[in-house]
Amino acid sequence: MRDRGETGLITYVTAGWPDLEATERLVLAMAAAGADLVELGVPFSDPLADGPVIQRASQAALAQGVNLAQILALGARLRAQTDVPLVLMSYYNPILAFGPAELVAAAAQAGLDGFIIPDLPVEESGPFCALADAHGLALVPLVAPTSTPRRIAAIARHARGFIYCVSLTGVTGSTGAYSEKLAQVCHTVRAHTDLPLALGFGIGRPEQARELAPLADALVVGSALIQRIEEAGAHEAESAVQEMVLGLKSAIGKI
Amino acid sequence: MQPDERGYFGAYGGRYVPETLMPALEELLAAYLEAREDPQFQQQFQEYLQHYVGRPSPLYFAANLTRYAGGARIYLKREDLNHTGAHKINNTLGQALLARRMGKRRVIAETGAGQHGVATATAAALLGFSCTIFMGAEDVRRQEPNVFRMRLLGAEVVEVHAGSRTLKDAMNEAIRHWVTHVESTYYLIGSAAGPHPYPMIVRDFQAVIGRETRQQVLAATGRLPDCVVACVGGGSNALGIFSAFLADPDVRLVGVEAGGRGPRPGEHAASLSRGRPGVLHGSLSYLLQDEHGQVSPAHSVSAGLDYPGVGPELSFLKDTGRVSFTSASDAEALDAFRLLCRTEGILPALESAHAVAEAVRLAREMAPEAVLVVNLSGRGDKDMATVAREEVTTCVPRVSPAPFSGCGTGARPV
Repeated sequence: MRDRGETGLITYVTAGWPDLEATERLVLAMAAAGADLVELGVPFSDPLADGPVIQRASQAALAQGVNLAQILALGARLRAQTDVPLVLMSYYNPILAFGPAELVAAAAQAGLDGFIIPDLPVEESGPFCALADAHGLALVPLVAPTSTPRRIAAIARHARGFIYCVSLTGVTGSTGAYSEKLAQVCHTVRAHTDLPLALGFGIGRPEQARELAPLADALVVGSALIQRIEEAGAHEAESAVQEMVLGLKSAIGKI
Repeated sequence: MQPDERGYFGAYGGRYVPETLMPALEELLAAYLEAREDPQFQQQFQEYLQHYVGRPSPLYFAANLTRYAGGARIYLKREDLNHTGAHKINNTLGQALLARRMGKRRVIAETGAGQHGVATATAAALLGFSCTIFMGAEDVRRQEPNVFRMRLLGAEVVEVHAGSRTLKDAMNEAIRHWVTHVESTYYLIGSAAGPHPYPMIVRDFQAVIGRETRQQVLAATGRLPDCVVACVGGGSNALGIFSAFLADPDVRLVGVEAGGRGPRPGEHAASLSRGRPGVLHGSLSYLLQDEHGQVSPAHSVSAGLDYPGVGPELSFLKDTGRVSFTSASDAEALDAFRLLCRTEGILPALESAHAVAEAVRLAREMAPEAVLVVNLSGRGDKDMATVAREEVTTCVPRVSPAPFSGCGTGARPV
């Protein structure tokens, strides 16, 4: 994709919201509309990197009793229907409760491609990274606008799959300005790794996507999609999501 | 003990936070290690503790309570007499001085009972910081006088309506706010919990409680206590007093968790007694959670103990067996609250009342020459509305006062 001069689109869904069947249809709709990778968000009771939109979706999913085993089964069903890369995004405690080794094995079995764990910085991620490596799955690390060059070098050394650059100091869905350090941080990341670089947090509108696309190999859109699904309601959700993904794709596709 | 370089006490601790916060934690660690070795910083801290907080706080021989229990001599470490009415001020002054040294202009904090919020707002007023306190909406209701105090002190109080609307959710929101304002803002954590280096910093600033207690009890009785009892929420008052006795195997250390209304999930806050290791708010420690790793709601009549987690050092001390943990129920804490009011004329915080309840139980089984110290971590004025609302569950018998034989001097009850 990079060779074609395109920027990819990564989409996020909270697994089990509005319910597991709906998530399945939404992921398929995203893939059909051209999403290049989908993050399956595992709902957690205390999502401290997330803003109100994903908090709300997570709570609603948990209220229905959605758990990691069900989400892995959902992953397997999706894998049977689409080739779009699927990455599990989860806080660490649900993984710890499931058993990290058991989870990685089950995720590989289900045909998932990797993990993003927002509260597992490089200092803590060694054992999990080794487990994922053993199954050929990627633990995708995050880099923030506050990350020092020394930290970025260490993160890049342990990175697999791609590097997720957080575009602002804030939680998901923030409406604040992108960090003025963003270009510098992306540059530093590029100096340390050839892995693709994805940018996320606070991205939702096509014009924002167009502005940031030159910095990254892919953009991540999460809260804006969840909000769009909320507004659209059950019957219109899939078409609303497809329309939004198509709009973003056309904004960032060919430069 | 010191945590290892990754911030672990044995298997517990660490830094489980978003990458955005990691550089701030590194900066904090470096600044703290430097300040700890700086005599000028330590002297400044000591001066504030002495002249502003009013330290040393007394070690008081509770003759009437001793007589009521009918066993070991019970001493109270009077942290309730500190400025702002609890042990929390020791840590907030220490960290506020550290924040000033780091060039920060603004502090934020979470609070449950409001004691840490008041202590933070106080230190912020004293040292000229702008201050924002996050407090669960349920706790705002339970601890209204403290909300008013914080506002009087110039702090902004943000009511948190998410989740269970208590301390856990206040901490979530404080962390989210910190993520967003990390470059300008110092996060002043009040428990010996959270990501490394907070558990170590909070414990070190609270260790003055134990150092004083050790000297005072030696001066009063000529020996070390047989037993030291403290309530456990996140662990700051418990580690503060325990830390001076960890190396003395003959001193029994007992932590008292909130047993709430019963043993079922959601009815109590006994993370060490009934939880299992998990990650919440930046560290790996005992945690109340369901089988899927979702954090369980906690309950305690005392807002300061109403938290599903606990600091990592106490988890380590549980596993090594150095500290034993038990719990006191809501009803037992309320009874102990009334008991201390009647016997000693002291209104304890409902948090501290959990420790008093266990102390009376333990003292009964101990010999009359034995010495037991309770960390009376705070005063109970803030809890009067709660106590007034709760039904009287048992009638506390009146006890006649013990004959005066000096207090805090190692006097033996007659």
